[in-house]
Amino acid sequence: MTINDWIQIGAYLGVLLVLVKPLGLYMAKIFEGEWPGSRVSSLVERPIYRLFGVDDSSEMNWKSYAVSMLLFNFSGFLFVYALERFQFYLPLNPQKFAGVPPDLAFNTAVSFMTNTNWQAYGGETTMSYLTQMAALTTQNFVSAASGMAVLIALIRGITRKQTEWLGNFWVDLTRGVLYILLPLSFLLALALISQGVIQNFSPYRKASIVEPFKGDAGKTVQDELIPMGPAASQIAIKQLGTNGGGFFNANSAHPFENPTPLSNFLEALSIPLIAAALCYTFGVMVKDVKQGWALLAAMFFIFVPLLLIAVHSERAGNPAFASLGVDQAAGNMEGKEVRFGAANSALWGTVTTATSNGSVNSMHDSFMPLGGFVTLFMMQLGEVVFGGVGCGLYGMLAFVFVAVFVAGLMVGRTPEYLGKKIESFEMQMASVVILIMPAIVLGSTAIAVSCQIGKSAVSNPGPHGFSQILYAFTSMGNNNGSAFAGLNADNPFYNILGGWVMLLSRFWVKIPVLAMAGSLARKKIIPSGPGTLRTSSTLFIGLLIGVVLIVGVLSFVPALALGPIAEYLGMARI
Amino acid sequence: MTAKEIQNQSVIALKAICVFTILLGLFYPALVTALGQVLFPRQAQGSLIVDNGRVRGSALIGQFFHGDKYFWGRPSATSPDPYNSASSSGSNWGPNNPALWSAVKDRVSFYQKNNPGLSGIPVDLVTASGSGLDPDISPKAAFFQVKRVAHARGMSEAAVRKLVQSYIQKRQWGFLGEPRVNVLLLNLSLDRSAALKLGRIF
Repeated sequence: MTINDWIQIGAYLGVLLVLVKPLGLYMAKIFEGEWPGSRVSSLVERPIYRLFGVDDSSEMNWKSYAVSMLLFNFSGFLFVYALERFQFYLPLNPQKFAGVPPDLAFNTAVSFMTNTNWQAYGGETTMSYLTQMAALTTQNFVSAASGMAVLIALIRGITRKQTEWLGNFWVDLTRGVLYILLPLSFLLALALISQGVIQNFSPYRKASIVEPFKGDAGKTVQDELIPMGPAASQIAIKQLGTNGGGFFNANSAHPFENPTPLSNFLEALSIPLIAAALCYTFGVMVKDVKQGWALLAAMFFIFVPLLLIAVHSERAGNPAFASLGVDQAAGNMEGKEVRFGAANSALWGTVTTATSNGSVNSMHDSFMPLGGFVTLFMMQLGEVVFGGVGCGLYGMLAFVFVAVFVAGLMVGRTPEYLGKKIESFEMQMASVVILIMPAIVLGSTAIAVSCQIGKSAVSNPGPHGFSQILYAFTSMGNNNGSAFAGLNADNPFYNILGGWVMLLSRFWVKIPVLAMAGSLARKKIIPSGPGTLRTSSTLFIGLLIGVVLIVGVLSFVPALALGPIAEYLGMARI
Repeated sequence: MTAKEIQNQSVIALKAICVFTILLGLFYPALVTALGQVLFPRQAQGSLIVDNGRVRGSALIGQFFHGDKYFWGRPSATSPDPYNSASSSGSNWGPNNPALWSAVKDRVSFYQKNNPGLSGIPVDLVTASGSGLDPDISPKAAFFQVKRVAHARGMSEAAVRKLVQSYIQKRQWGFLGEPRVNVLLLNLSLDRSAALKLGRIF
């Protein structure tokens, strides 16, 4: 790693940390409904609730909250599916793209509704502008806001006592969209346009290239077709909402999505921004900001070492080229862009998998074995290191309950967290939240590798081929959406199995989290005594990190050994 | 929850998705487009390079160059042809894939043939970019080709080197990203200086 790599990483982490407190505080005020502008803003909010037909002063118990969320997400799914299927007949389709085939439309609709943004299609060759905006951009906002709403409900479950009520889903959803995601996206979109991200409704532009050449078909290629479209507005929310779905096939490696190092910095910063700041929001809402910092610290202590491994691995280059007389000072550049270089690509790769974002500025498929390992393992930790907007923190809180429980067993006390007793129901739900993911990921990988149709999609030989399949289901099973993109995933097998994997992993986690919130809300708050485990202590942070890592390692080491680890050992042979 | 309540919530859900689609899927992109077109019209339209009313490309999208008198960009894995701007893509070859090894080997020997007497080929010249449309090469990779380009154009190496030097984009804000040279802009300026020499003005 060069000195400049260290400076870039340091600046990145520094700016992220500086923004955590102000944004976290702002979000807490928004969700508590007591920020200074709330009287003015109710002029905007009220008419919306009236349109919905919602009484914003009424609250919901966990079941109603879950049902409303499911119904809303399902309507979103139907809407996206319909727009994709009928896009040919709808306006804003200058390239006259045909309707999306049913299996791909199903996969994509599930993918965007679950905040995964797995893409078995190339944007510039498949989707009309209307589909990109009305279907996909909208879901980028509301799927992120749904995740935030569930987190806020869980926090209310922790802070309230002896009640059924967790808040109103429609109000939490609307506030998350209106005051957090929308203004931030708007600012980011404009900043990105200034750097060269496109934003227009023009048809694709034909250009006569400078040096014509004889093409693959034997004909002389004289023109190129430059894609256009409203990209910046979608890219801004895809980063901020940890969605990750690219406007173009190459995602944020595409020069129109990410044209300069500054656009890269802003986009990469937006990826973990809200998820990290929500830790502070949590601290404010439970009236003990140290608790929020403790969770953020645990995330950083897992994130930074893995980040350094990835950067180091991509910086070192490919030993297979050493004997060819290639100057590899720039590192492993296959699948990477010159303007970002190896360090920024590895940084992005780590942060996009640590959060459940999944956008890429370089091709993870061409990462060195250890770099690829980091991206896979980050997802396999369950997307709790920052994680998705909202869902990262509620996943982490499930790990906190397990850590508290383990600590309680050690000293023989009833485990409690922030004054709430953690009892068998919470433990059951936390276990479901944590264990459902490995079961889904490993199960679906096993299905794919044991049938011909699953294996035939692979595009690399040896252990890397296995990694491609493992990566696909790890990504979908954690609602990440990035890929070892050589895998030929646009076929009914991957589209349909993958669609179900995304659905199960999203909702089989969200619903138990809400059930947990409901159960916690009903409990009393016990005042803390001298024997209470201090959950903001260094000791507890260490224990939490230990629990997260042990669960991740125990679940996935055998699979990782067959994939990136075998590949690494094979590479070391050269 | 009673069936009545579920029905009620379903209606709200449908209304909500309609309202949010109008706000987030239509109004928000339209507003960003309007402001983008006013504040940064060139960028919002794709940073197009227009020459005598003819669009020659985008400053952000690389083009395929193959003649000796042009600087060559990075290998591109788009299909069916390299630098197919309508379909971005990387190779997605793993680091251990024999296809990658042989492709790199071929590119190395190709460069050695066309740039005789030079060693230490910069890695970006023999590896494909992630988008397949990377507009840039490293300054090292540009200087590596100076001799060939100068020879093919009958220019002095020093003159070409100076031109390359003037096209190096430094790290943004001094530390972000990597230094780079935009191949398309560099090649266009080579053509322009040749035309100026012949008394033709673009």
